[in-house]
Amino acid sequence: MLLVLPIVVPLATAIALQFLPRRPGLLRGVAFAGALVILGAAVVLFARVLSEGIQVTRIGSWPAPFGITLVADLFSALLVMMVGIIGTAVTGSSFSGVDPRREALGYHALIHLLLMGVSGAFLTGDIFNLYVWFEVTLISSFVLMSLHRTRAQLHAAFIYVALNLLASAFLLTAIGLLYGQAGTLNLADLARTWPERRTPALDAALSMLFLTAFGIKAGLFPLFFWLPASYHTPPAAVGALFAGLLTKVGVYAMIRVFTLLFPDPANSVYSVLLVLSTLTMVVGLIGALAQRDMRRVLSFNLVGHIGFTTVGLALWTPAALGASILYILHHMLVIATLFLVAGVFLRQRRTSDLPSLGGMYRTHPRVALLGMVPVFSLAGVPPLSGFIAKLGIVAGALEGPHYWVGGVALVVGLLTLLSMARVWDEAFWKPSPTESAAAAPSPVMLAPIAALAALTLALSVAAGPVFEVSRRAAEQLLHPSEYVRAVLGGD
Amino acid sequence: MELVLAIVAGSLYACGLYLMLRRRLAQLIIGLSLLANGSNILIFAAAGVTRGQPPITEPGAVATASFADPVPQSLILTSIVIGFGVLAFTLVLAHRVRASAGSDDIDAIRMDGD
Repeated sequence: MLLVLPIVVPLATAIALQFLPRRPGLLRGVAFAGALVILGAAVVLFARVLSEGIQVTRIGSWPAPFGITLVADLFSALLVMMVGIIGTAVTGSSFSGVDPRREALGYHALIHLLLMGVSGAFLTGDIFNLYVWFEVTLISSFVLMSLHRTRAQLHAAFIYVALNLLASAFLLTAIGLLYGQAGTLNLADLARTWPERRTPALDAALSMLFLTAFGIKAGLFPLFFWLPASYHTPPAAVGALFAGLLTKVGVYAMIRVFTLLFPDPANSVYSVLLVLSTLTMVVGLIGALAQRDMRRVLSFNLVGHIGFTTVGLALWTPAALGASILYILHHMLVIATLFLVAGVFLRQRRTSDLPSLGGMYRTHPRVALLGMVPVFSLAGVPPLSGFIAKLGIVAGALEGPHYWVGGVALVVGLLTLLSMARVWDEAFWKPSPTESAAAAPSPVMLAPIAALAALTLALSVAAGPVFEVSRRAAEQLLHPSEYVRAVLGGD
Repeated sequence: MELVLAIVAGSLYACGLYLMLRRRLAQLIIGLSLLANGSNILIFAAAGVTRGQPPITEPGAVATASFADPVPQSLILTSIVIGFGVLAFTLVLAHRVRASAGSDDIDAIRMDGD
């Protein structure tokens, strides 16, 4: 029952939002309340998974391999909790004002449909159902992205749509081939039967098809070009939602499907993934250094750091995968906060072009202090969460034979520091290039940023226990027998 | 039968990818829908084709070896419905992009800047 809530609550909220009278205050309030309920359900679910182990719900009471099952292990439960947190922050940020035309077109309902799709993808235990949740997420993100009619937003939306549809076609092809050979779509059942049914050729083809499909969605090199071309155009709240959640769905699906279907670390797909992950880090961060618009810098940082989240899977050790999971949590929080911070600048100065920003530290030191937390955390300055997550990945890489990855991660960490130092310097520190003193951002606008920054600090303080949990989540992923037993029962 | 379906699926993929590599919006969209249909046929062919058998059995009867598998059919049905909705949305979006760019050349879509 609990497992259904993160999917049903946003659906019910979205339906209610469609029928409520179109008063902005009411719509925003209901959307925010819905997100709070998701967050509550997710926290309870996480507590239950933590104390009682993997939770399973069979939809319609169909027994496991035949019906669709919802499964929450630690990894899923952690990510569903992040959906609640980011959903709450984003719906909360709408109190400071949303373009009335967007609001009339169903902006709040679409956000909830997107949250439903993401929660569904995180919770499902059926690979075709995963495809369906991907499509739910995609179509709501398509509409959110193209609600606006400015030229840049339309064009960015089209690039986004075309490439994501291509990824869906790849995913569908892989699922069709998989079903043809395995005769089942239940992920746990696949994990149990695939080792007997697999053929080397099909295994290679499937792993590459899945890698391409999830790689496009996650934004891996060389499939990421749609991301920086589109993520900087939507309004800040939507950008925060996309940056925080959407690419992580691709990463989640990759980790989930690969650990269950290809549990052999010697599989050549992991060598490919290792190289692609490191290239993603390097290319993403070099791209970030070349940009001068704050949101484009952030988009490239998003791409680069996706490499950190997939490298743990490629290294295939509990330490490295655990660090990658911690990195996913940290990065979801921080990048969403930074997109919201960029929104403050957009509202104040009508631009997020770095050279024309500045002076924030002198005129509004408290706001600058607030912005300091996510900026320095992403940069990996100790003692913030970014440092701990990066340290975990470097340590995980140095344990194994691929120690060079640790070196690359360190260099990329330095590039991130450089890129974030530039954001800090240009946006907050340097004197403002314009004479006019901008008005102070309203407390309503700062509240979600403050909440997320506080969570980032909490994650930094509680990094020990959280790292322990994510390491346990990694153990569950790398030894899927517990997952299989929870879903299929018996032996 | 599988061979014919495999050739059809392969041709649809080839045509779809070819059209996607062209520079016109309309061709890109037709290419995407051909690709989606190619994967539908592929699901059908990969799961094995059983002719002249219903995908259901009598209550209590034991399924014989040759009964048709209903799962791929429902998968295809689902993906056709999803594909149709997405295609409709993409067409409208492309129409608006063409109106704003004044051309249906993909290069008229600016990746950068305003």
